[in-house]
Amino acid sequence: MSDNSPWKAGQPIVSIKNVRKSYGSIEVLKGISLDIMKGDVVCIIGPSGSGKSTLIRCINALADIQDGSITVEGQEVHDPKLDKLALRRKVGMVFQQYNLFPHKTALQNVMMAPVKVLGQPKQEVEARARSLLKKVRLEGKENAYPGELSGGQQQRVAIARSLAMQPDVMLFDEVTAALDPETVKEVLVTIKELAADGMTCILVTHEMGFAREVADHIYFTDLGVIVEHGPPSTFFDNAQDPRTKAFLGQIL
Amino acid sequence: MSDTFKLPLRDRQSDLPVLLPLKVPEPDVLGFSRWLASMPGWTLPALTAVLALWPVYAMAQSTFTTERVLSTLLKWTPLLVTKGFVLNILISFLTVVFGTIAGIFLGLGRVSHSRVVRLFSWFTVQLFRNSPWLVLLFVVMLTLPFELRIGGAIIPVPDWMKAVFGLSLPVMANIAEIVRGAIRSVPSGQWEAAESLAFSRTQTLWQIILPQCFKRMIPPWMNWYAIMTMATPLVSLLGVTEIITLTRQAMEAEGNHPSLLVPFYGFALIIFFAYCYPIARLTMSLEKRFAVKL
Repeated sequence: MSDNSPWKAGQPIVSIKNVRKSYGSIEVLKGISLDIMKGDVVCIIGPSGSGKSTLIRCINALADIQDGSITVEGQEVHDPKLDKLALRRKVGMVFQQYNLFPHKTALQNVMMAPVKVLGQPKQEVEARARSLLKKVRLEGKENAYPGELSGGQQQRVAIARSLAMQPDVMLFDEVTAALDPETVKEVLVTIKELAADGMTCILVTHEMGFAREVADHIYFTDLGVIVEHGPPSTFFDNAQDPRTKAFLGQIL
Repeated sequence: MSDTFKLPLRDRQSDLPVLLPLKVPEPDVLGFSRWLASMPGWTLPALTAVLALWPVYAMAQSTFTTERVLSTLLKWTPLLVTKGFVLNILISFLTVVFGTIAGIFLGLGRVSHSRVVRLFSWFTVQLFRNSPWLVLLFVVMLTLPFELRIGGAIIPVPDWMKAVFGLSLPVMANIAEIVRGAIRSVPSGQWEAAESLAFSRTQTLWQIILPQCFKRMIPPWMNWYAIMTMATPLVSLLGVTEIITLTRQAMEAEGNHPSLLVPFYGFALIIFFAYCYPIARLTMSLEKRFAVKL
């Protein structure tokens, strides 16, 4: 958290207002608004192509928006004058395809950004990286290369790598979609522990059972708009919108 | 109908329209090395034998004897190798060193975010990749001064050094293309991951992308080294005393007898082949080892 930030506790940590985005003539986000408070765990669900992934990629400025506003800790993300690197230090992201650096070991993957980007002392970062790898239950795999790890293990290294930057918000973009069913659980357990520690998490997911268990709030998107949202209990058991009902009917 | 399905896929007949896969032949970046390495191991001894026996065949119309031709060649060999071929190797080394350094930056310029840099790099690459090498050599020879004044000191620029600069230009442009291709071959997810970890673009390039494609660049880079070595005799046209110039001078010293032509130039051919053939074999075996596993 930067000192001169206008953001104060009690305000939403991530605030999305009326965001619109198009790829060429195709509008993928048609005015999306949502607020996320510190420590919230928010799941975004919806059919493929509904703009879920695009939305969370806009939060750390990996994708730009045409209209509306996104603020993280009070700072406008799509302000052209914004220091994108400063923003990305606050927002961690985990991808569907892990995207570990294949030429570095697990430990080096975790240590790289804090050392090279933040310029933190190596010993300090190494101690933190080792404890993070322990936290994601990968003790003993410090010196393994990504190619030697299973998908689930790679994804947990990716989570540890993001956490090493000590972000305030974590984005998860369908992080279990590329995994074998038996390794999905180990990744979900890691995320659940993270959420229990009070990390603000925004997840795009297809794991309904997981969403129900861990989320504070669920947003259902379809065709670029938020169709319905609410706490998991009301959302799953008492959906109002016919589109939500149809989607849940197919999935559950 | 049911019989059709017992046939292997390619033998099945159908009157339905079928969309065949589009095949676009990719340009072979290792063409020269592939061709050279495909020659069998006995090519070198066979070549040597042919050239050693040539005088025997040519003796019919000549006053030279086989022994005399071979002993003349043997007499000149130390000079041709130590004063000639060594210079060729030196030229090829320096050319590739300068060309590689300049080529890496030019290749990075091809993927720059700045439009101006990208256009400039594109133009430079196209210009030097597609110009005749001899033209480039002549231009460099005639435009570079023969000496440089730095402060009070006068540094002479020998002709062979100018030739190195001239030959560096096409190497630079081709290395730039190798670098660009290697950068493009790294999945975009790597860029995104680095970006989301707050790496700057320059940091991403040097610390994450380039270390990954370094291995992939080695075989095409070695291929260019072999091509460049083969091209070094070009500089004899500019009066640089490398192996071909010396060969010509040696034959003149021996009275320009026609019987000497094939053995002397043949010797140059053999020595180039002996040097480049192992490089080509190594290039191909590295290519196999570094092949991207999908």
